Amino acid sequence: MTMLTIENLCVWFGGGRDRVDAVRQASFHVERGASFGLVGESGSGKSTILRAIMGLAPNWSGRISVDGQPVTKKRQKGFYKTVQMVFQDPYASLHPRHSVDQVLGETLHLHGFRDIDARVVKLLDDVGLGGKFRFRYPHQLSGGQRQRVAIARSLAAEPSILLLDEPTSALDVSVQAEILNLLTDLRLEQKLTYVMVSHDLSVVGHMCEQLAVMKDGEIVEIMDVETLRNAQARHSYSRELLAASI
Amino acid sequence: MTLLDVENLWVKFPSRQGVFEAVRGVSFTLGRERLAIVGESGSGKSMTGRAILQLIRPPGIVTADQVSLEGVNLMQKTEREMRDVRGKRVSMVMQDPKFSLNPVMTIGQQIIEAYRLHNKANKSIAYEKALSMLEAVSIRDPKRVMRAYPHEMSGGMGQRIMIAMMLIPSPEILIADEPTSALDVSVQRQVLSIIDTLVTDRGMGLIFISHDLNLVADFCDRVLIMYSGRIVEVCDAKNLHEAKHPYTRGLLNSLPRLNAPRKKLDVLSRDPAWSEAPSVSGRV
Amino acid sequence: MAMIGLWILILLVMIAVGAPLLAPHDPFAQELGNRLQPLWSEGHILGTDSLGRDLLSRLIYGSRITLYIVGLVALIAPITGLLVGTVAGYVGGWTDQVLMRITDIFLAFPRLVLALAFVAALGAGIENAVLAISLTAWPPYARIARAETLTIRSSDYISAIQLQGAGAMRIITKHIWPLCISSLIVRVTLDMAGIILAAAGLGFLGLGAQPPSPEWGAMISEGRQFILDHWWVAAVPGMAIFTVSLAFNLLGDGLRDVLDPKDSEK
Repeated sequence: MTMLTIENLCVWFGGGRDRVDAVRQASFHVERGASFGLVGESGSGKSTILRAIMGLAPNWSGRISVDGQPVTKKRQKGFYKTVQMVFQDPYASLHPRHSVDQVLGETLHLHGFRDIDARVVKLLDDVGLGGKFRFRYPHQLSGGQRQRVAIARSLAAEPSILLLDEPTSALDVSVQAEILNLLTDLRLEQKLTYVMVSHDLSVVGHMCEQLAVMKDGEIVEIMDVETLRNAQARHSYSRELLAASI
Repeated sequence: MTLLDVENLWVKFPSRQGVFEAVRGVSFTLGRERLAIVGESGSGKSMTGRAILQLIRPPGIVTADQVSLEGVNLMQKTEREMRDVRGKRVSMVMQDPKFSLNPVMTIGQQIIEAYRLHNKANKSIAYEKALSMLEAVSIRDPKRVMRAYPHEMSGGMGQRIMIAMMLIPSPEILIADEPTSALDVSVQRQVLSIIDTLVTDRGMGLIFISHDLNLVADFCDRVLIMYSGRIVEVCDAKNLHEAKHPYTRGLLNSLPRLNAPRKKLDVLSRDPAWSEAPSVSGRV
Repeated sequence: MAMIGLWILILLVMIAVGAPLLAPHDPFAQELGNRLQPLWSEGHILGTDSLGRDLLSRLIYGSRITLYIVGLVALIAPITGLLVGTVAGYVGGWTDQVLMRITDIFLAFPRLVLALAFVAALGAGIENAVLAISLTAWPPYARIARAETLTIRSSDYISAIQLQGAGAMRIITKHIWPLCISSLIVRVTLDMAGIILAAAGLGFLGLGAQPPSPEWGAMISEGRQFILDHWWVAAVPGMAIFTVSLAFNLLGDGLRDVLDPKDSEK
């Protein structure tokens, strides 16, 4: 059962002579409950694909469909209840003047929930943060804690798909392990579908079942994680990337 | 042959909430080898590197029994004397070339300036030296690069230019503070191999500061693992995977591995005893 | 130093509030037999003006006018600037262009010339003076607010709330305004000195507060004729203006040190 389909997606910035094609003819699909990885180096377009899916990229063409429904240029209200995103930099994704309670409360309010108080408590619990973090401000939280709050925020809408943009690259190794474990648990508990972007092949190898390798805006290969592990990648670039990562 | 001898180094920052001790009693020696200082953020590894070069400004306080470069204690040198040491005898390459290269000067100007600071040479000699240094870091079109500005360079090239600039005065020790962390994986290899060649050819000592255990296990000879301002373990790089200290083991186990898949990663549980225990000496 | 500024201003407010209790004489009471008494005279510590009115009392009551003008402008100008700047910065496109060009138009007016025009059109008086000053004071705030909004707009936390379906109004008021406020506060405080001088200038020209109102600028103007022999009539209100302007500057500097470094954290 396909949850997300991307067909011939092109994303560009600027126009005319200054046009930069960030993503060119990308196509892949993700099954319900699966975890799909997008790997590549900086500038490969992997994060841009996520932003295009979320509606944060102004110029795109091609087809994006979520749960069978095609996505229109202007996102419909229900879209953000189905698809949510976790950003890379935990230091930049939380408003510096809003407490954790405000962040989660506002999100819940925007999605039309009434029992905000109970839900805030549950969300914090789900991400492993206790009640004492509820009224703290971002500068009082560590990187890992901020990322947990960002994950809680993305789960507030009860989405089915989570787009994860390098969720652990700004974190220390030990904190990364905690967050990756949390994400693994959440996926099982809440039956989520993940699309995870990373430049780190071992993280993708750990978290995903299938992955697409990107170079200069194009998907050069789509493979199973097993293929990756057995170093049986077909495309020369994938092999290069793999060799450099070991 | 000991190039650098650091004994009982402390770096403290007084603040309104009390004194923050970034480095607590670190001791190690450096010969003509590649020494890695590994730790997470807040472990004090970068501070150690900066303290050696006396780059920590007030209100930071640096104390040590000695920080001796070939027998001469750097702690006793004045700022003026340190300027002769920095760059000429001990050089530092930092993480992001975007922030270490002057954006309003051409690359050529910067490298030439770096050379002429430590060598009495006229511009044309300095220019030739700069060109040859750029070639040594595998930059294919050095003349074009000399005329270009830093923002026109990619991350990998910027870092190679930094290395060229830092090595042009032929220092004896290079301190590299996360030199490849801001670079793509494929470029990392290139930059590391350049550092490798240069350090080996010139018989330099290298202090490689990083958070990446696997990287240093491959690249360096000896590894110091820092936690909370102290050294918790010292071992040879080739034996890193048999490290004994629970923190090191914890770090190694919490890394996801392509060839050894696990459902869940081991989570490091921090024992307060680790930061209480005295610093392990890395002196040979 | 900032604390000194703060204390002076607190003193100013207390004087203004307690004027009826503090002033030894009625500021409007004329005693023509007692004109132009020097400092330290009997019953008149700061002397009297050309109509025999006690300068100290006029100074004390004048503080109310000063605070009134300063308070009004300090509310109107930054708030208008904030509104215009944040909307322009966030919405962008034509809205941005139009709003910024309007801002430029107002920025082009020299303050006193515009005040003159206003007074010519609407008549002299404090309210019109306040209006004239506010109309020329708001554009810099709009620029600051717009610049901050442009920086903030591309942040991940703004993207994140957009992804929750937040509309422009909510984002501007709840997410952008809290971050712009501190730089605006600093700017307002530093501007205060200029605003006081502008008000005094208008009063001096006869365009602001009208006689017999004890506005400090008007008092300087009245004292101008006697400045050679009876210098205190002009100098005393002048010192008051100077002190309050200095206080605002000191406070503004201090506030900037406190508020800005935290704002420039990553």
